[in-house]
Amino acid sequence: MKRNLLARIALYAGLTIAALTFIYPFLWMASSTFKPPAEVGSLALIPHDITLDNYRTMWARAPFGRALVNSIFVATTITLSVLVFGSMTAYAMARLNFRGRPALNAATIAVLLIPGQLTLIPLYTLMVELGWVDSYTALIVPYLFNPTAILMLRQFFLQIPQSLIDSARMDGMSEPRILFTIFWPLSKPVLSIVAIFTFMGAWNEVLWPLLVVREQNLMTLPQLLTVFALGGGAGSVGVSLASAMVLVVPVVVAYAFLQRNFIESMAGSGIKG
Amino acid sequence: MRAEQKSGSLMAAPYGVFLLVFAVYPIAFALVLVFLQWDLVTAPAFAGADNVRLLVHDGRFWRAVANTFVFLSIHVPLQIVTALGLALALNRQLAGRSFWRAAFFLPVVISGAVVAILWSNLYATDVGLINRVLVKLGASPVPWLTDPRTAMPAIAVMVTWKNVGFYVIIYLAGLQYIPRSCQEAIEIEGASAWQRFRYLTMPSLLPQHILVVTLSTINGFQLFIEPYVMTGGGPLRRTYSVVLYLYNNAFAYQKMGYAATIGVALALIIGAVIFVQRRVIGRAEAL
Repeated sequence: MKRNLLARIALYAGLTIAALTFIYPFLWMASSTFKPPAEVGSLALIPHDITLDNYRTMWARAPFGRALVNSIFVATTITLSVLVFGSMTAYAMARLNFRGRPALNAATIAVLLIPGQLTLIPLYTLMVELGWVDSYTALIVPYLFNPTAILMLRQFFLQIPQSLIDSARMDGMSEPRILFTIFWPLSKPVLSIVAIFTFMGAWNEVLWPLLVVREQNLMTLPQLLTVFALGGGAGSVGVSLASAMVLVVPVVVAYAFLQRNFIESMAGSGIKG
Repeated sequence: MRAEQKSGSLMAAPYGVFLLVFAVYPIAFALVLVFLQWDLVTAPAFAGADNVRLLVHDGRFWRAVANTFVFLSIHVPLQIVTALGLALALNRQLAGRSFWRAAFFLPVVISGAVVAILWSNLYATDVGLINRVLVKLGASPVPWLTDPRTAMPAIAVMVTWKNVGFYVIIYLAGLQYIPRSCQEAIEIEGASAWQRFRYLTMPSLLPQHILVVTLSTINGFQLFIEPYVMTGGGPLRRTYSVVLYLYNNAFAYQKMGYAATIGVALALIIGAVIFVQRRVIGRAEAL
């Protein structure tokens, strides 16, 4: 009995240390942004002199407000497209017979097996030739469809009973209407999974923007943050971390409320930010 | 039937066009670019096998490949051990399991760029948090990111830290599939905790081991933002990654043909490494 108790104490102590390893760096980061330069190196989480200077400097030196708007716009547009157009595609692939369906299925799986690095440069030269460099178009259009999302939606749509489709057709409903008024309400779990991992993928993406955007006013947050930190624009640790907070805070707030959905979504899709 | 055909084609057509333009064409054009020299300003010129020849003898490319293997040799085993350890701890009767799970998963949702900036500060030689702790404990500070011997291992530890929550979830799902009856049977047989782990848990988790090895390997070959932000590929090019080299060839040196050649080579190397890993794991299983 006593050994058992000791084992439990050891287990909880171990878990606490592990949890701190993951949480403490972020707490330290958040607290450092409120510290004057002299205090940044300290391990303490509560600053002696609380200051907003880091945020003021960061906001004044680079267009972070604009980058926040860009990020929200790009990630939201991509997510809406993946949900709406992706589920139209998935519905057709799951429930409608048309020529080319087997080919489309096979192509979707094949595309997922190709590493992104293979297509990175040809996609970039395509953007150059289309004249899309330095535009929202380049940030959004290559992500309008997501093969992983289409396969997940298709898998879910396959399980919805055919009788629902048949009776809706008898009532004269069009196929898109069946999808959006009958399938969508039944598909909330899979739609939220797709929405979260699509949004997070777009929100955190940095390699693609680094290739296709040079104009500061069009940069998304992770890109501006990277350029700002590397270009020495930040000048100090506190300022550089303050700029990172703009990217982190919305995600952490959403995560705090929806952690179960986040974990299910991001672990299920195999996408890591 | 006709109507269904028509709606089906109409609803799937945009995606079909998308796949042709943004997947099929780039894959085909990647193979064309291998034989071209193109700086995006002047017209592309046919270069024969120049890019391939250059790649075979390019010490910088092979340095980056070697760096990736250094990274993987630390990252993959460490990822398995830490993820499995945390998953086993979470798989017990536990208060606040969803809190622990959420804490471990937190870095997964944070952007890699942020994690890289944060850890550059944690690893900093003079003011870094890690060295401050070391000094407090009486050790001497380590130049984590500026010593060629420690830079890549330091990045590997950081990436393991960032992704471990993801793999914990995979292992937890696997652990829940081990039938209770098997666990009870092996306990009745009088197996020790180690024997239960060695002969029941480990073999039952084979699909998860394969998944973790495969995904963390692919992830390792895609290493980019960490060296880009933290080291620029240095010191002595010891953290230069293949994707960083590819990016610099395209973006800094404007060599599209050569950058695409690196991309094709990387895809082939990833395919080959995954294939060998599967064979080895399969053989180990047969023993």
